[in-house]
Amino acid sequence: MGRDKILERLAPIFEDIFDDDALQLTPELSAKDVDGWDSLTHIRLILTIERAFKIKFSTTEIGKLENVGDLVALIEART
Amino acid sequence: MNSFYAELQWLPRVPLDYSQRVKDLGKSSGSLGHHLQALALHALDLNQLTRLAKVMEKARSVEGSLAPLTQFRLAVLSNSTIDLVVPAMVASAARHGIALEVIQPSYDQVAQEALAPDSKINRSKPDAVLLALDYRALPLKTSLGDSEASSASVQGVLGYLQALRNGIKANSNAVCIFQTFASPVESLFGSLDRALPGTMRSLLDSINRELAAFVLGSGDVLLDVAGLAETVGLADWHNPQLWNMAKFSFSDELIPLYADHVARTVAAIRGKSHKVLVLDLDNTVWGGVIGDDGLEGIQIAQGDARGEAHLAVQRLALDLRKRGIVLAVSSKNTDEVARVPFEKHPEMLLKLDHIAVFQANWNDKATNIQAIAEELSLGLDSMVFLDDNPVERGLVRKLLPQVAVPELPEEPAYYARTLAAGGYFEAVAFAGEDLKRAGFYQDNAKRANLQKQVGGVDAYLASLDMTITFQPFDVTGRARIVQLINKSNQYNLTTRRYTDPEIEAAEIDAAVFTLQVRLADIFGDNGMISVVICRPGDSGVWEIDTWLMSCRVLGRKVEHMVLRQILNHARAAGITKLIGTYRPTEKNKLVVDHYAKLGFAKIEEDGAGFTRWELLVDGAAPESAPMKVVSQGFAEHLETLIS
Repeated sequence: MGRDKILERLAPIFEDIFDDDALQLTPELSAKDVDGWDSLTHIRLILTIERAFKIKFSTTEIGKLENVGDLVALIEART
Repeated sequence: MNSFYAELQWLPRVPLDYSQRVKDLGKSSGSLGHHLQALALHALDLNQLTRLAKVMEKARSVEGSLAPLTQFRLAVLSNSTIDLVVPAMVASAARHGIALEVIQPSYDQVAQEALAPDSKINRSKPDAVLLALDYRALPLKTSLGDSEASSASVQGVLGYLQALRNGIKANSNAVCIFQTFASPVESLFGSLDRALPGTMRSLLDSINRELAAFVLGSGDVLLDVAGLAETVGLADWHNPQLWNMAKFSFSDELIPLYADHVARTVAAIRGKSHKVLVLDLDNTVWGGVIGDDGLEGIQIAQGDARGEAHLAVQRLALDLRKRGIVLAVSSKNTDEVARVPFEKHPEMLLKLDHIAVFQANWNDKATNIQAIAEELSLGLDSMVFLDDNPVERGLVRKLLPQVAVPELPEEPAYYARTLAAGGYFEAVAFAGEDLKRAGFYQDNAKRANLQKQVGGVDAYLASLDMTITFQPFDVTGRARIVQLINKSNQYNLTTRRYTDPEIEAAEIDAAVFTLQVRLADIFGDNGMISVVICRPGDSGVWEIDTWLMSCRVLGRKVEHMVLRQILNHARAAGITKLIGTYRPTEKNKLVVDHYAKLGFAKIEEDGAGFTRWELLVDGAAPESAPMKVVSQGFAEHLETLIS
């Protein structure tokens, strides 16, 4: 799956989790840019993505994620 | 993972426009509580639950109440991260008719919160405290093969849990909800772990057994998390990665299931469990269509795979009836045809005797279920409707949203499991009266028939040969008193709900006058049917705090006899005036004129229908009814004065 396609599939998940349909998903976007993106919401986001893409991330991988770009790259490597 | 439980498959699937409907909640007309509950009744996942909970929190802060949902304050003490679980509990509670407010202290402050009188939870005066602990919270010492050391370890854990409970009791008097402990998957020896004293599995087995026994005796409530984890599988329940990363004590995928179990437990504490199972017949109670296939054609035999599936439904229905659930039938059939299998099929477990109301006709099922509710004098929200036909299920859900309607899978072998999984008949206690309840409703049908025969009501009442027994609250009656107080909706003047400890307090307070009332008649013992609490008001005044009665004994002038009894005791206690109040709810219109009918004078009324009434003890002479009166257990000097 290409990065654009992944980003496209991530958009409704982010919208759902952050309850914000104006959220613009870019590779640079990170937790500090989004209201309510705390450590728990981060877990909920990761769990939802794992289920949606039917993949599992390792603890180390989750710990290394800095922004949406990292996330997309990680999903790309797995799908 | 077993999707049946994880995805709550007994609930209808989530509509595609769910998000939009949540957004529109504020805009819709009618009561927000109803709309919230309607949305919560779908099989929501964690994110959908979280979203609904957010709307509920907002609405609560703006409007203050989510009526008609029943308010409940639950404090949660946990050694794990429950921040994602709390919103799921709040939304799941709406599914069960509860407006849940969760008080959540800081992470892992279990003992401090329970034991300090000024802790966050004790200050918040919750209705109940959920001890959401898992095995990692316990002071456990494994001591392989050493039965003395392991039983000391088990006693240590029980002592710790009881100390938490005693702290909570002393400081906030809340009901404690204990969880059993799901055993970790990783074994040490293998199968020997179960047998050998002192292994983790063997210790937790003992702790769960002793905890359950303790709760049964203490009036607290048990949430069987170990049972839930076994049901879905321990390997799916525990997720070591999530524990390491975020201290989740079980898998995120099972949060909706766990939250629903918390919610149904809270609802059961508030008496919101269902009381009636309405059964469809063709392809639900038996395989095939009796009108088409005939008595020989329907599948209901042992040894026939399809037939055994339907027999399992019958067996579950019968077991439910044994614990007090009333059975009824709603079938699209000609009445005589529908009755044939009950009367003539040798393999049928269900007999006509087991069915309180039998509605077989060509009306739509919503109309039939309404008729059943009326005949039993029970609310629609006490009904569960089991039907294999999705069209009928859809119709009933649409026309009678108060009725619980489990989704059934294609395969009949899973019907019984689905009905049980929904937890519609969840109970937190079991009183002796429960055993007889299904019979009571049936006897009522007989009484109604007798009423038709004898004509006049007074002659009918006299023919019932009734004995009414009055007693103050006592330990023996307490479980049933608490149950009546929490589930009576219709004949209930104030609908005040009290917990076991609150009733115990009333029981021992000499200034509070309490009555438990039993009624027996020619058909048998009705058990406890009325409860009254009078609290001291101004000097010489009793305020009737609670007056409720079971609708089973409506129209028998029991309320007149109860008032006579109250007056007797009031006179003996030097009371000159009784004050009664009527607090209107959605369900208690039945008693709007209760006090007027008993000769009270109205002294206050507000725009919302709330009324206050007074009766001067001197000269009050309520009507008497033909029944034998037994008054026992009151202080001796009072009994002398009265007789």
